[in-house]
Order: sequence, then structure tokens, then C-alpha cells
Amino acid sequence: LFPQAPTMFAQCSRNSVSPMVLLVLLVCLLCPPAQASKSSEDIRCKCICPPYRNISGHIYNKNVSQKDCNCLHVVEPMPVPGNDVEAYCLLCECKYEERSTTTIKVIIIIYLSVVGALLLYMAFLVLVDPLIRKPDPYTQPLHNEEESEDTRSLAAVPTPAGARANTVLERVEGAQQRWKRQVQEQRKTVFDRHKMLS
Amino acid sequence: MDQKGYRRGSFQSNTSDEDMLEIAGASVDLSMADDDPPLDREMGGFSTYNGGGMNGKSTMMDFLEEPLPGVGTYEDFNTIDWVREKSRDRDRHREITNRSKESTWALLHSVSDAFSGWLLMLFIGLLAGSLAGLIDISAHWMTDLKEGVCLAGFWFNHEHCCWKSNTTFTDRDKCPEWKSWSQLILGYGEGAFAYILNYFMYVVWALMFSLLAVLLVKGFAPYACGSGIPEIKTILSGFIIRGYLGKWTLVIKTITLVLAVSSGLSLGKEGPLVHVACCCGNILCHLFTKYRKNEAKRREVLSAAAAAGVSVAFGAPIGGVLFSLEEVSYYFPLKTLWRSFFAALVAAFTLRSINPFGNSRLVLFYVEFHMPWHLLELVPFILLGIFGGLWGAFFIRSNIAWCRRRKTTRLGKYPVLEVFVVTAITAILAFPNEYTRMSTSELISELFNDCGILDSSKLCEYVNDFNSTKGDDLPDRAAGPGVYTAMWQLALALIMKVFITIFTFGMKVPSGLFIPSMAVGAIAGRLLGVAVEQLAFYHHDWAIFSGWCSQGADCITPGLYAMVGAAACLGGVTRMTVSLVVIMFELTGGLEYIVPLMAAAMTSKWVADAIGREGIYDAHIRLNGYPFLEAKEEFSHKTRAMDVMRPRKNDPPLTVITQDSMTVEDVETIVTKTTYSGYPVVVSRASQRLVGFVLRRDLIISIENARKKQDGIVSTSIICFTDYCPPLPPSSPSVLKLRSILDLSPFTVTDETPMEIVVDIFRKLGLRQCLVTHNGKLLGIITKKDVLKHIAQMANQDPESILFN
Repeated sequence: LFPQAPTMFAQCSRNSVSPMVLLVLLVCLLCPPAQASKSSEDIRCKCICPPYRNISGHIYNKNVSQKDCNCLHVVEPMPVPGNDVEAYCLLCECKYEERSTTTIKVIIIIYLSVVGALLLYMAFLVLVDPLIRKPDPYTQPLHNEEESEDTRSLAAVPTPAGARANTVLERVEGAQQRWKRQVQEQRKTVFDRHKMLS
Repeated sequence: MDQKGYRRGSFQSNTSDEDMLEIAGASVDLSMADDDPPLDREMGGFSTYNGGGMNGKSTMMDFLEEPLPGVGTYEDFNTIDWVREKSRDRDRHREITNRSKESTWALLHSVSDAFSGWLLMLFIGLLAGSLAGLIDISAHWMTDLKEGVCLAGFWFNHEHCCWKSNTTFTDRDKCPEWKSWSQLILGYGEGAFAYILNYFMYVVWALMFSLLAVLLVKGFAPYACGSGIPEIKTILSGFIIRGYLGKWTLVIKTITLVLAVSSGLSLGKEGPLVHVACCCGNILCHLFTKYRKNEAKRREVLSAAAAAGVSVAFGAPIGGVLFSLEEVSYYFPLKTLWRSFFAALVAAFTLRSINPFGNSRLVLFYVEFHMPWHLLELVPFILLGIFGGLWGAFFIRSNIAWCRRRKTTRLGKYPVLEVFVVTAITAILAFPNEYTRMSTSELISELFNDCGILDSSKLCEYVNDFNSTKGDDLPDRAAGPGVYTAMWQLALALIMKVFITIFTFGMKVPSGLFIPSMAVGAIAGRLLGVAVEQLAFYHHDWAIFSGWCSQGADCITPGLYAMVGAAACLGGVTRMTVSLVVIMFELTGGLEYIVPLMAAAMTSKWVADAIGREGIYDAHIRLNGYPFLEAKEEFSHKTRAMDVMRPRKNDPPLTVITQDSMTVEDVETIVTKTTYSGYPVVVSRASQRLVGFVLRRDLIISIENARKKQDGIVSTSIICFTDYCPPLPPSSPSVLKLRSILDLSPFTVTDETPMEIVVDIFRKLGLRQCLVTHNGKLLGIITKKDVLKHIAQMANQDPESILFN
């Protein structure tokens, strides 16, 4: 079923790893909260009773199970005498609600950490990366990319590609350069030439 | 000399210099692909059914010559060859079935191959449902962040913050744990200064969110902007856009969708959710060989993923499948129907178990009332349909005009500034009016809601007579002052939403169209519903009301009018028919309202079609010039194939390759001098009898590979496309056999074939090109781009607007 799986995972570079890692993290962390056991503070039966004769409206909350979620069990103390209870309870509306605070907390924290990571990466690419890359002569053409230059830079890449050692770092570098070129192409198509998504 | 007929993919290459560079860099070009791994990596277990066996005659020779990696793949911005992909899949399936009789392992392999489709659907449903849950919860929280923060835990939104506390009946929304920004900063929440501070914080948060969204889109994944549905429609019809359904696009689209929705802009998240689900589908396809290698099978999976996307957006699995069938997919085989339904169900179930809204509902505006409606109410429903159609046509015209202006003038050069300005205007105008300050989903939810005795919103401030009420059944009542205030506030909100959505849809952030259209329709519907209700209350003795709406009866439900209005406006804009009605009745959970919904949807579609033929997505496809051959329209002109084919009368003759008399150098010259994406192969120039068709990309790759790897191939080697090459004297260089890349069954029509039939053939079979013969001899070629240009010309549109190949 997965004949390509070993090769595929062996070839994962940083730029395909980071979104992949984010995705896997997302799915793995979303599964446990979905089946998390509900703590007692996460379920309730809420009964809203409107004003009745000279009694003002009130909201009653109680931690009961779904079968006990009705006016008789939840509304305590009952504000009306015994023979009026039925009429009063007809007006009240009771709803059973449950939620999972752990799910909410986990999801919000995942989301904020992904946004934070992306912001950091963007800051790194904009500020730190040009300073590190400056002494490298191969990548100079990549910085002067205008319309006529990208094909030349495309042709310039295979020579270092053929000569490089297959260390993880250099493969990661290559993948990152390739990703940057892709994003630049996409940016040109969408923002500059307005060929797509206008 | 007009050779635009089959101009090569990529961007409009006008100079021959660029063409030459592209040829030299052809192998490098492949490494740009996001979906296909680059050439310099090893391809493990590459299947042998790629190039050979085109017409079923897979002989031993085909197995001996393994096809090269890269042969059979496509360039970016090109159309796939559906026929080739489908026949490849059939060959593969036949191979596996034949081999399964040999050993147990092969039998297991064939069983797992059959199951791989279902397993893939399961994964897609799980991932799409999880992402939708993440988007819903985060968007809910961030929307409330503009107004205040929860002290009991910053991750709670307003509703969850007040969950535990004891609220009073009169002040149901306030609780001590939730602090608005003015309460947090100043310590008090009332007064002019607090109001101004709240206003200021609201605008600041909105601007921050939208700026962050547009910067992320511009910096990491420019393809993540817009709705995504027009591009997905084009991809599903056979177009290739590399990177559009990739990992980075998925991550950025998910993140920025939440930001864009939370910033208060007038956009929705349903369209982008379809894009997110299709990205999930595309990424998960890489786990299975069957779908990774075959573009046609992959598009079946993408259709199912689109169904899962709509299903989680609305909580409507059936509606999702019908939406995929009606709006998004091009070819929808019956097998896909069952699998799409499975994916949609799994996605809906996953979303429900994440439980984003706290009460096992999938959508925020699920309604539960089942009041009956009367036949006479069809008149206002049809009025709503007419309004929906008019608004839809108006919106499409103005939005396309604005997008065209963005595309062609200087406005398009400042995307970040544009987002900033639009968000600022939206936030500044939205805060004072309570109905625009709340998120659009909440607004729709409140408008759909039928007023019960316990509702405390302004819209339900009717004059109540508590002594006469029995149980929960409220009669029609006179409107209190709250209702009148709400009415004019809603009218202002309607005007604002009608105009601001025109400028918002199509900006460089993920933007959807369903929720704003439904909001416009719901506001209009509710206004009309309250008007009819008050008319019935004050004039219950009129002839039209006296029969069924006596005093004290509950006959008019304004919530139903809001629903019908929402359906009418959505139908007017997108021109959905069945899928719209099914989504709306899955939202309401009942079949009582099918007739009003259908009446409104049909009326709005007819009115909108009378004004303009296309829905919003087709209009955007045409604006961008995607090569999308519309499957629904009839071609009704009397032209013939010879009027459309290339070369025309004054052009040089067709560039062909002979089957066994051209050298490598000749072929290379042809390939460099012309930009066609394929060449017919004939027996000889004199006879012009057709042998087959060979693609440019395959030719380039094969010749380059042969020069490097095979012995004795030089510029004077003969290229032979047949099985049995002619014998040559022993001193001549060895022959280059390229039979395996030749397509031996190209489609042909005669020159007298009516264009109706040719267009039908292109649509039904998904062809890229079709050869034209005359008296049995090859005369010319018609490509898909020629067909599109011809259709545009016949419809008096600009044929030069078809951009891509």
C-alpha cells in the first residue's frame, strides 16, 4: 500500500517538513481533546424562566445529566406554590449544554503558536537571512530576480546541485532555495502580472 | 503568421530567446514542481504503464524499455490529457488484476488497491473536519477579542466566559469575568470616553488582524488569497496549477482565513473551506501511488474533498455532495458520488466530535422551528426571490468591474494598502451599528431565530401580554419600540453590506461569498417578514388575512422570511439550484420549507439569468482567462471544423514529423523553432497519412536522455516511431526508437464536421487537441484554446482574453 513511503519520508526537506509537522501536530493534538473525558464543570442544564405574575425572570444552572434536565430537577428553590408549578414550568425553557474547555484551550494555544512561529519565520527571512546569505556567490542572482533573470537563475542552480554533498544541511538549503523561488514565482503571477486570482 | 494555436504553457512567451532557454532548462523546470518530485531524486518502483501500451498492445518491448521519469507528466499551467490518464489507470488496474492470480501477496496488493480509495476518503474527512473545527473555534475567539477579553482564561470567548457565572434574566449577556477593553483599561464601561476607547480598540484589532493576514499571504503563499472556487473549478476541468493545492497554501489559508474573518470584514469562510479541503485531498493523495501518479484519479478525489469542505461549512453532507456535483466538478462519475458522501459524512462527524459550538450543532445558525406557512405567503417569497436575483446580478456586475480595475490599473499595485483601507472603512462604519458590529454569522443566526418568550434581543421586543399567553406559543403581536429601532438599524446594515462586499470579495486575503450574501438576504427577508407580520396584526380584518390569520394566532414567522431571503440572494449570486435548496433544508432540519425555498431560488435564478448569464464563479473564471470549457452551455452556431482549425488558409502548412525519415537534428530544429505543445507524426510528407501524435515535453526529455545515456545517438541518427525501423547501411549511426512516447490513437475529425460536434467531443472526452483530416489526409489541428477563442468570438467577447494554454 505504501511502496513509496520510505523514499518519500527520506526526502522530506525542511520546507516540506515544517508545514507537514504543523499539520501532523494539529491532527494529533486535536484527537485527544475530542475524546477527553468531560470534567464536571463542562456540562450543565440551563433553565430560563420568564417573569410570571409578580415573580421576576430568573436563570437556573445545574450540573445534571441529560435525563434530569427539566424544570422540576433544576429550578430550586421553586418560587411558586405547588399547584402553580406546572404552569410555571411550561413557561421555562431548559436546555442541556456541554462543552470541552480542554479542546478550546488546546486549539487556541496551537493556533497562536502557529501564528507566532510564522511571524518569527517571516522576521527571520526578512531580517536575518539576507545578512547570512550575503557572502554566498551562488545565491546572488536569486536576489536580483527580475522577469528576465529567473530563467537564468534556474539554469544556474543545477551546477551547484550536481556538485553538492548530500548532507542534510545542504539538502535543506537547496529545498529552501527552491521554495523561495516558488513563492517568488507565485507572487509574480498573482501580485505583479495579475494573471491569477485578481 | 498566427501560431498562437498551441502556444506552450507557462507565461506568455513572446520571444524565441525565452523559448530556447526554456528548452535547455526543461529538466530544471521539473524541479520547480510542488507536486511532482524533481528529476534528480530517485523514483522507486516507477510503474511501467506510463508511456507504453497506449493502444493496449503492451508488448515485451515496452517492458524492456522503461519509460523515463518525467515522461507523462505535465507542465505548469497546461491542460491534462484525460484520455491518456484514464487509459493509464485502466492499464494499471488490468495489470494488478492479472497479477493477483499469481501469488497471495499480489492478491493482497489488489485488495488493498481497491480499498485505498476508501481509506483516502476517511483520511480526507478526518483532516478536513479537524481543520474546520480549528477554524471555527479560533474565529469565534478572535472575533470576540476585538471587544474584550476574558479574565477567567484568555482563550474563552464571550459566551464561554459567561458560561459558569450566574447571570440575571435581564442582563443575560453580561458577566463579571468578561471585561470589555474600556473596562480593562479605564476601569469603567459606561460613558462617552469608554465608548470611544472601545471604538478605537475595535478598529485597531481589526486592522492588526487584516494586515497580518495580507502579510502572511504575500510572504508565504500568494495563492492562498481569494475564494478559491473558480481556480478549483478550473483545476477539476483538467488544468494544472502547481502549488495551488500545496502544503504551504493549506497552512497559510487556514491561518489567514481565521484572521480575515475575525477582522470584521464582510466575507465568509465557506469558499475558502472548500479550498482547504481540496488542499487536504491533494496532500493526502501523495500517500497512495494510485492517486499520486494519475491526474484524472486525483481529480476524482478532489471532487470528493470539495464535498467534504462544503459539508463542514454548513453541516450539510448531502448539500455538500450536490454542491460538488453541480458547481465545482467537471466530470463526476457515479463511483465518486458514494465516496464523496462518505468523505462528507466523516468530515461532519469529526467536526461534531470537536464540538465547536458547544451544543453538538455544526453550524452556528441551525434553526429548529417548524411553524407552518400559508400559500398566500408565496407572494412575499417570490418578491424576495426577485430581490435576490436583482441583487445577485448587480453584485456580479459591480464586483467584476472592480476586480477588472484592480487587475488593469494602478490600484492593483498596492494590495496591502488596499486591504488596510477597506478594513479601516469597514471597521469604522461597522462599530456604531450593533448589527454590523457582531460577526455576520451571529447576525444571520439572530435573524433566522424565531422570537420566543425568552429572547431578549431588540428584534424581539414586541408588546407582550403575559396574562394571555399560554405556554410557549406566542401570537402575532404589535411591534414595540425596540423592533422599530432594530428595523432602521437593519436597513442601514443592509445598505452597508450591499456596498462593502463589492470591494471586499477578491482582495488579497481569503474571502468567501456565501455568508455576506446570506446576510444581505436575511436582512431583507426579516424586514419584509416583520412588515407582513405587522400588516397582518393591524389589518387582520382584510380579505387576504381574515381566512387564516385571525387575531391571536401565530401565522407569520419573520425568521422564515429571513431564511428564504438568504436562499434567494445566495442563489442569485452563485446560481446554485438543487444544492442550495438541499443545504438550506439541511440547515433547518425539516422538509416543511422546501416549497418556499424552491420558489425563491427559482425566481431569483430566472431573474438573475435574464440580466446576466454567468454566476460569480464563472464570471471570475472569464475575468482571469482560465481555459475552462463551459459544460452547461450549448454551442449553437453553424461553423465547421475547417473554420477553426490551424493552420488557416494563408498560414504555412502544418508542422509535422515523419515516422522514420527525420534525424535528431531535424527534430531538434523543429522543436526549437516552434512553440507548439505537440506534433503530428505522418508516414511521409508527400502522403500526409496520420500515424500518431507526440508531445513536445516527451520528445525533449527522450532526446536529451538518449543523447546522454544511449550509445551512438548523434545529430544524424534517424528517429524511428514505428515498430520495425527500416534497415540502414552498417556505417550509419544507430537508430533512436521513440515508439513508446507516440500516441497511436489521436482523435480526428473531418474538416466538414460541424463545430457543435467538435465542441461536444472536447467537452465529453476532455481533449487537449484534435486533428483534422480531409479525404483521409492530415490537414490541420484544433486545440482547446482555439475552441475557447472561437466560442468567445461567437459570443462577441474578446478572444484575446484567453490567456493560458
